[in-house]
Amino acid sequence: MNLLDTKLDRFQRQAFLAGTLALLISLVGALFNREHFFQSYLVAYLFWVGLALGSLAVLMLHHLVAGSWGFVIQRFLEAASRTLPLMILLFLPLLLGLHELYPWTHQEELQNPVLQHKTAYLNVPFFIARAFIYFFAWLTFAHFFNRWSWRQDQGEFLTKRMQLMAGPGLVAYVLTMTFASVDWVMSLEPHWYSTIFGLKFVVGQALAALAFSVLVVALLSKRQPLAGSVSAQHSHDLGNLLLAFVMLWAYIAFSQYLIIWSGNLPEEVPWYLRRTAGQWTLVAVVLILFHFASPFLLLLARLTKRRLGTLMKVAVLVLLMRLVDLFWLVMPAFYPQGPVLHWMDFTVWIGMGGIWVAIFLKGLKARPVLPLNDPRMELQTAHAG
Amino acid sequence: MAEFESPDDLLKAVRNAREAGYHKMDAFTPLPIEGLAEALEFHRIELPPIVLVGGMIGGVLGYALQYYISVIAYPVNVGGRPLNSWPAFIPVTFEVTILFAAFSAVLGMLALNGLPQPYHPVFNVPEFALATRDRFFLCIEATDPQFDTVETRGFIESLHPRHISEVPH
Repeated sequence: MNLLDTKLDRFQRQAFLAGTLALLISLVGALFNREHFFQSYLVAYLFWVGLALGSLAVLMLHHLVAGSWGFVIQRFLEAASRTLPLMILLFLPLLLGLHELYPWTHQEELQNPVLQHKTAYLNVPFFIARAFIYFFAWLTFAHFFNRWSWRQDQGEFLTKRMQLMAGPGLVAYVLTMTFASVDWVMSLEPHWYSTIFGLKFVVGQALAALAFSVLVVALLSKRQPLAGSVSAQHSHDLGNLLLAFVMLWAYIAFSQYLIIWSGNLPEEVPWYLRRTAGQWTLVAVVLILFHFASPFLLLLARLTKRRLGTLMKVAVLVLLMRLVDLFWLVMPAFYPQGPVLHWMDFTVWIGMGGIWVAIFLKGLKARPVLPLNDPRMELQTAHAG
Repeated sequence: MAEFESPDDLLKAVRNAREAGYHKMDAFTPLPIEGLAEALEFHRIELPPIVLVGGMIGGVLGYALQYYISVIAYPVNVGGRPLNSWPAFIPVTFEVTILFAAFSAVLGMLALNGLPQPYHPVFNVPEFALATRDRFFLCIEATDPQFDTVETRGFIESLHPRHISEVPH
């Protein structure tokens, strides 16, 4: 256990150092190419805030249904949701880049009558106020679920309360995330709209959080104190959940495509035209093949799901594809001719991720790696024999 | 055939019987018991491939049906879209895939189980009616190479069941 702690300590320090370094390099890059810095920053931000929020969502789902799979990843989800204060801090730089990112902040764009009608919603003060509301809601739920879980470790009985709050919490999360995705991503192309867009983010975040939990549980499962607590059945359940969310993501992505393709309207179609222009088609095909087809086929097989090591590889693929998906959703707004890769796309992601991982590990080490005193958990372990 | 009062006794009995070298045996319980299938060396992998193939056949048929209707039988121009509009065909293809996969799962399961089976020798034992209520049965079959009327009875007695009965067949 001590050995693992020293290892985690070292990894935490390295991650923090690498993160800070990468962010500093990116800041230098920002001096030369301010626009691309903010574009890379938005993609990276959506990825890491997605992990934190998806973890909060899966955590609430777990409190609601209490499957045995949830108990082995509960502490990872909690630690990831406790990175939300960091993500609020990292949101602030985005406010400096609103003019670079969002066309509805430009005076000349507002000559357009359609956008004029949207100014009641799309204006800077209201944008910031809304972000404040989202963060307030997310922080509240993250705070209480973490505190109650911690108090339950001390011997109180709060399972019922957490179960009761999980339902409303999930509803609040889906609503706020829907609005957040409209604000932060959809409004990059303010003429375009899609009602299923928010759900695509909700599902993508839950998928990313599950994949991340699988990765962490696979890395830690062979060592104390987790060794022996993770069974093939747990791995199987997590694999099934990954499969379900991979399918749900494809279902939603395709629904949006089918509806816009059928309608064939001039306000809607350009969004896809930009995302299939030039080399963007290649990115789209990569998404179909590696965000849906290959994880789907791999996860159909029982053997993939029952071996944590194999499942972890699929999870890494899914995490990688989450980043590609966000890149494909955001970047064509600025580069409609084809993808333009910049070194800052990597450094900002690494920078933010390094610091995020360090905070995550710090939170993870602060508490026992399995929750204590949950009566439902004892029931599950007794049942699994 | 031995009758037990609890799932744990049955599970223990099955494991002992396997250690003693019996392989052709079956258990009858009123509820699913974790680990029983593994203890009986029951790992079937025939069903998943049947479902997969069934689903794929369904998918191909579903797409072919729509292709036939919109391209060959009724080639109608809808809003200038191509006759073979694959995005519009996906939902039905998907549904038919699921339908065929579900049918293959149910029918394949019945076929592999040998169901429906109106007659089985165990029904000749009157106590067996309790298998749907609160008793757990282990049946060692006479076709097992190690089976011997006297010796097997002695072995079953060593498991301390509540009741032993010979199944006439």
